[in-house]
Amino acid sequence: MNPVYLDNNATTRVAPEVLETMLPYFSELFGNPSSMHTFGGQLHRRIEEAREKVAALINAEPYEIIFTSCGTESDNAAIMSAVESQPRKRHIITTRVEHPAVLNFCQHLGRKGHRVTLLPVNKQGQLDSDTLLRTLDDDTAVVSIMYANNETGVIFPVETLSSILKERGILFHTDAVQAVGKIPIDVTKIPVDMLTISGHKLHAPKGIGALYVRKGTRFHPYIIGGHQEGGRRAGTENVASVIGFGKAAELARGHLGDDSAYLGKLRDRLEQGLLASCPNAGVNGDISNRLPNTSNISFEYVEGEAILLRLNEHNICASSGSACSSGSLEPSHVLRAMGVPYTTVHGSIRFSLSRFNTDGDVDAVLDVMPGIINELRELSPFGKKHSAKA
Amino acid sequence: MWEYTDKVKEAFLHPKNVGEIEGADAVGEVGSIVCGDALKLYLRIDKETGTITDAKFQTFGCASAIASSSALTELVRGKTLDEAMTISNQDIAGFLGGLPDQKMHCSVMGREALEAAIANYRGQPVKQKDEGRTVCKCFDVTEEKIRKVAIENHLTTVDEITNFTKAGGGCGECLPAIEALLQDIWSLKPVDKPSKPKILTNLHRIALIQEIIESEIRPGLQADNGDVELIDIEGSRVSIALRGMCTGCMMADVTVKGIQSKLRELVSNDIVVEALQ
Repeated sequence: MNPVYLDNNATTRVAPEVLETMLPYFSELFGNPSSMHTFGGQLHRRIEEAREKVAALINAEPYEIIFTSCGTESDNAAIMSAVESQPRKRHIITTRVEHPAVLNFCQHLGRKGHRVTLLPVNKQGQLDSDTLLRTLDDDTAVVSIMYANNETGVIFPVETLSSILKERGILFHTDAVQAVGKIPIDVTKIPVDMLTISGHKLHAPKGIGALYVRKGTRFHPYIIGGHQEGGRRAGTENVASVIGFGKAAELARGHLGDDSAYLGKLRDRLEQGLLASCPNAGVNGDISNRLPNTSNISFEYVEGEAILLRLNEHNICASSGSACSSGSLEPSHVLRAMGVPYTTVHGSIRFSLSRFNTDGDVDAVLDVMPGIINELRELSPFGKKHSAKA
Repeated sequence: MWEYTDKVKEAFLHPKNVGEIEGADAVGEVGSIVCGDALKLYLRIDKETGTITDAKFQTFGCASAIASSSALTELVRGKTLDEAMTISNQDIAGFLGGLPDQKMHCSVMGREALEAAIANYRGQPVKQKDEGRTVCKCFDVTEEKIRKVAIENHLTTVDEITNFTKAGGGCGECLPAIEALLQDIWSLKPVDKPSKPKILTNLHRIALIQEIIESEIRPGLQADNGDVELIDIEGSRVSIALRGMCTGCMMADVTVKGIQSKLRELVSNDIVVEALQ
């Protein structure tokens, strides 16, 4: 039985068309695109077609796209390149709510002698451009701010931020892993210098990502070796995945408008249904600037891991920002940065949808969730007075 | 995804003895909503025999916290208070077929709730927070608790302490303090240095000097971007050359003296070290 999969910000299913496109490259078309012979060399053309499709999704030029192994590599490569190309500048600015691929990498550079500023967010998880302005100085090498948050779906004002930074001549990288394919992004209108994309968040397989590097931006390769990707990212191409990524980007571009509307409707029905049926629950994040597919809800007086495992019994997949489900003892750094009180942070659940979700999936959650929350509150020394039942 | 045993899953999905006991003879409450788990244990006690006739719980927390609470109530029912006091956190984990390492603190919480309830029944004062020095501020864990849990569970590493008590699992500022505490608890002495061999053949002496320079001296210098090269050994005369940041370092003489005293300590008292340029 297929699960009710509502964890699409973690990863998505490979679209059937994507898989079909990839299959020949695992069997008869196994060549190396760098080879001189036609058998291998013909793949080079296929890779360039995929590059065109990924570029088109964000309205970039194909040569501005570098294929990488994942979003994390793209993030690391972008920040490292910014730092290496400006050795005199030692200041890096990012936010407290970034993905670990950016946050931990910046902190790693911090331990190696760079100065790292972590911008705060407000209660809605929103960033203030004035705060950014105040932290900029002549020593600032790069600013890395995510396009949309993976946990709350909150979209940052990247257009405004990138214009400010362009005026100041400071490099700007954005981790757009959660945004690309979910909302329209046009790099001709948003002056970012570098932008990270991940394949498996938009129905391509895992193990493929891309970094957009605007024409004219100095780029230092992160992985050094052969001449692949114009010398900007060495290593024999992951041919099948690159081609699958291209197909997924093409599909995402075609679906973009329809998906947004469809997902928004589905998500809102899920969210409003849960808020109506479960007392003492509230949405985390700025709901007026949010990805259409994401809903992060805190259920007070219950713990997230317990909710997830009860949902799991009904074959429903979601995720939580609670300490116990994060593998550490501290709850989500994103929700804590937003100042979500501890009484609610442990009971946060993230539902993230994709175009493969249906009204039936939403119904499945709405059917079981009130019962689960009620039962766990009955168990809890804090929850009894907050249960739905009289 | 945690690897829970079937028993943990069963006790989480269908916990036993949930709820309050009206007019309970003893109540033990530990943990807090801030920390992410809390347990309130209620006991009904037969005053004549001192036997626990009923036990119920309310728990806020993850699957293993709920399962551990359920297991605790099953373990204590029918036991005298003295028998109940011998139930350890390992007994709770064992009843569930084991808990993942990082979840052992759930079993410790069960044991603490039991202690608190029995103390409550016996009219012993509730322990004041300031009785033990707070080591971990994030999770409010005292030195006393760390000592107790470490000894009861034979914990020797900081990671284990974090798994069992949560101490050190937040900002990490207290990790060195936990390390020091463990050293103290187990009186861990630094690893024994190789003792001085009694009679040294030339071959022995050369091999020993080489080994000590490689394993005891170079790593320390390399950590400061310096290095040393062994050039020659003639009887008790050891010729070395300083490399890297050590070259031309103002402290070079001190470094050479340090190497000499190390070799004298570990090889023989007549070693003379000279540095070549």
